[in-house]
Amino acid sequence: MKPAPFDYVRPSSLAEACALLAEDEDARVIAGGQTLVPMLAMRLARPARLIDILRLPELAGIRKEEGAIVVGATTRQASAERDPVIRASVPMLARVLPWVGHPLVAVTLGAEIMLATPEGPSAMPADDFFIGPMLTTINPGECVSAIRFPVWSHRRLGVGFFEISARRSDFAFVAAAAQVALDDDGRCIEVALGVGGVGDRPLRLDMSPLLGGKLDAASVNEAVHAASGELDAMSDLHASAAYRRRVAVALCGRALAQARVNATAKSIGGAP
Amino acid sequence: MKVNLRINGVNRSADVEPRKTLLDALRENFLLNGTHAGCEHGVCGACTVLVDGEPVRSCLMFAVQSDGYDITTIEGLAPAPGELGVLQDAFCETHGLQCGYCTPGMILAAHALLQHTLTPTRDDIVEAISGNICRCTGYGQIIEAVEFAAARLRIANTPRPQHGMPAEADKPVVEAK
Repeated sequence: MKPAPFDYVRPSSLAEACALLAEDEDARVIAGGQTLVPMLAMRLARPARLIDILRLPELAGIRKEEGAIVVGATTRQASAERDPVIRASVPMLARVLPWVGHPLVAVTLGAEIMLATPEGPSAMPADDFFIGPMLTTINPGECVSAIRFPVWSHRRLGVGFFEISARRSDFAFVAAAAQVALDDDGRCIEVALGVGGVGDRPLRLDMSPLLGGKLDAASVNEAVHAASGELDAMSDLHASAAYRRRVAVALCGRALAQARVNATAKSIGGAP
Repeated sequence: MKVNLRINGVNRSADVEPRKTLLDALRENFLLNGTHAGCEHGVCGACTVLVDGEPVRSCLMFAVQSDGYDITTIEGLAPAPGELGVLQDAFCETHGLQCGYCTPGMILAAHALLQHTLTPTRDDIVEAISGNICRCTGYGQIIEAVEFAAARLRIANTPRPQHGMPAEADKPVVEAK
């Protein structure tokens, strides 16, 4: 359980980090190391060189932009969890963070992955970025600089989240997250629903049939069942594909119901 | 590579290979064997130390990454050689340990919680030690130990925590599953 030898560099700017990444295909970025270091310890990953970006000032912090909250790549999960801006503006992220789940939230809300590349800044939708467990479409010489989460401006916002896992902090067999916005009459004006753990990457389900409705149990059930056909469930030692699919449908229904209850609790015309 | 650390209030330095974890450096270079090596891949929490006051699994941080940080290990919590801190004492009194392997990590995780608040709820305590595994006796007496230490610190003439936990009303709504 000891990593294989590697070189360690701590660049002083993001541009220098990208240059180092571009010149060595076997180099990897390290920040908090929560995913990479276990892989190194089990020797499932053997990079020749680690480029430590943790202290780069341009990557830290959470800031507000027009219609979005931008979370810097080296922002600690604990800071994001306690952040009042995130709690107020991206309630789904605040709700799901204690269970980790950032890819699920990023895909469900349609967040953008901001990249530093040798050619300058670039961005891509989270849905195109995560392609499998520990697999992304990032190119050599590129480094994630931030994630840009869209902010819903509606007053009556609610989120719901459920997951099933064997133990706290372990990977979820199934997780479902929902965010809904209601108008003054309780009709749904925006909805996002995502599922994680079922397939090899999180998936956003099409809930457009629910727009304009009151999110009653029957229509939620119908929409979830219709969309669940898109789910590509996997089987492993812990749970069969059939189990995952069945639980996913149940948790999606519960997440939407919880989101509706939380949104309804927001007073009409009250502060956002 | 040379690393300079401040460990338990003392400046220390060592020459380490980049692949050496902070855990191994603490144990082998600085002979602080109170930090325990458990799973060595971030699951069990036995190696928890405080880095600038926040709990960190020292098996998931390379010693070279911790250069310049302020590290607190279990040895740093005792007020004097041969004495126990309030939290350590509470673990003894409530039988919050059996074999003791997880104890340093538990105590440091709980210590970080009590630095934020002296009025933690049972849920706050459970959350704070949720990254630490005990394989002997279960968690009931460990939770009791933290509650007991918090109660003692509340009535003791000690400095208060500087930063509070989020107020109850600000916490996200979490319903029972």
